[in-house]
Amino acid sequence: MYNKKIIIIAGHYGCGKTNIAVNLAAELAKEGQAVSIVDLDIVNPYFRTADNNKMLTSFGVDTILPEFANTNVDIPSLPVRFKSIFVSDRTAIIDVGGDDDGAVVLGGYAKDIINTGYEMYFVYNKYRPSIADVNNAYYMMLAIEHSSKLKFDGIINNSNLGEETTTDDILSALPDAKKLAEISGKPLFTTTALKRLKQELITTAPDENFIFIDDITKKIF
Amino acid sequence: MSRKVLMKGNEAVAEAAIRAGCKLFFGYPITPQTDLSEYMAKQMPNRGGLSLQAESEIAAINMVLGASASGARVMTSSSSPGISLKGEGISYIVGSDLPCVIVNVQRGGPGLGGIQPAQSDYFQATKALGHGDMHLIVLAPANIQEMAILTGEAFDLADIYRTPVMILADGALGQMMEPVDFAAKPVRVLPEKTWVCNGHQNKRPMNIVNSLYIQPEELEQKNIERFERYKKIEETEVKYEEYLTDDAEIVVVAYGITARIARTAVNLARAEGIKAGLHRPITLYPFPKKRLNKLADKVDIFLSVELNMGQMIDDIKLAIECKKPVKHFGRTGGVMPVPEEILDNIRRLAK
Repeated sequence: MYNKKIIIIAGHYGCGKTNIAVNLAAELAKEGQAVSIVDLDIVNPYFRTADNNKMLTSFGVDTILPEFANTNVDIPSLPVRFKSIFVSDRTAIIDVGGDDDGAVVLGGYAKDIINTGYEMYFVYNKYRPSIADVNNAYYMMLAIEHSSKLKFDGIINNSNLGEETTTDDILSALPDAKKLAEISGKPLFTTTALKRLKQELITTAPDENFIFIDDITKKIF
Repeated sequence: MSRKVLMKGNEAVAEAAIRAGCKLFFGYPITPQTDLSEYMAKQMPNRGGLSLQAESEIAAINMVLGASASGARVMTSSSSPGISLKGEGISYIVGSDLPCVIVNVQRGGPGLGGIQPAQSDYFQATKALGHGDMHLIVLAPANIQEMAILTGEAFDLADIYRTPVMILADGALGQMMEPVDFAAKPVRVLPEKTWVCNGHQNKRPMNIVNSLYIQPEELEQKNIERFERYKKIEETEVKYEEYLTDDAEIVVVAYGITARIARTAVNLARAEGIKAGLHRPITLYPFPKKRLNKLADKVDIFLSVELNMGQMIDDIKLAIECKKPVKHFGRTGGVMPVPEEILDNIRRLAK
């Protein structure tokens, strides 16, 4: 995990891709790796990696963002420095737009991505109704692979209900995440949970593989 | 296990509409509302309904008129500039006494404006959505759970009062995600739709859906009848929520997403010993006039917080008959105020 030059975080929109990508970038940077994060969301102009620009920059993460992120230009465009990830020494984490629509942009660079070396992870959130059924989630995986012309290496189970998420919510999503791994033949790499649930989760499910993360969503109230 | 799901506001409105029996959706894409149309387009074919992307907002609202006349539960959605285009059709729907649900996920204006959240269509929604003597019921959700519940309510209110009902949201509510429980909707008794144009088969007199009246007296009578319904709406359908108003000396009045920011500001003010409270109108028409008027007897000053240059402030002044001062604080253009900015205003007025 995370030993290739390019790490791609993809999945259904609203499943928590940006949260995972930003947490991962911050984590790797804290460990001393040279990291870039690429906001490649060409679908939705809201809730972008750019919201965390300040925090990421303070950790030494190089942020590659669309020029007009968070402005009133409602056609998100590719960041001009995007292609630098194929020549840079840094590890690049790509935060892709939602669904197979968002993954289309990867398809255009599939050759470069494959040549540079990549890992791609599917973010699963059981509480997003469109992919709650694992068959629908699997279909989404196939659709993303098709439009990105790339293959998934594993699944990150990010099942959550936002701030209200309880230990129960996390635990009851585990069987679905495992089933998705079984159906798709891709390993369940990890289950993510907010840091405040850490103590409870490691006591109730000591055998599960958790990564504890921060909620980096823009807070307005 | 939770029966809640995690949804965007736009998705929650669409899902709630389908669950409320909405069979027809006519829309036209516009940011920040497009996820709603997209959800409808994906879901409707599998759930016994139809979602159609019209050639324009004007076409969409007129399709709503036709569908409603046939008795279907029908919805359209757009964002500010698109709602302006629907104005004529909305007036015709009101004039024809037809129920429907219209969603406005507001963005900054005027003109093309921007794509970030705003509340600058308050006047339009509550005063002037179309020509003629008319109102719409206007509901202002403040969280994703309410986006869902009020959408279901909107369909019921529309059928009960034979009027369009607007969900007045904004770009933030449309785009943000929160847990939703769709089972929480209250159940209402609905009247039979005896006025529907669905073929009389020689078994009943024909129904005509129309907004043109040749005789002035007949048109006047229609308007009087409609305003009797508005009176009933004003008497029975007012909804609001209050927070710490019991002993409040300064009351912040805010609706929708702004009310949530204001609530944090009220907490910050209380921590400093300022007796602040929050009044949140849930129905913007009917506006909670009576309650505000009563509050004005014991409150020293009101602060209207809106994502506009000052629109609801006028309704507050009218409601309290200018018994106490009412001040405005707003940000526009898609800029969201932070709680501290509202707190600064509360502090200044509390002195």
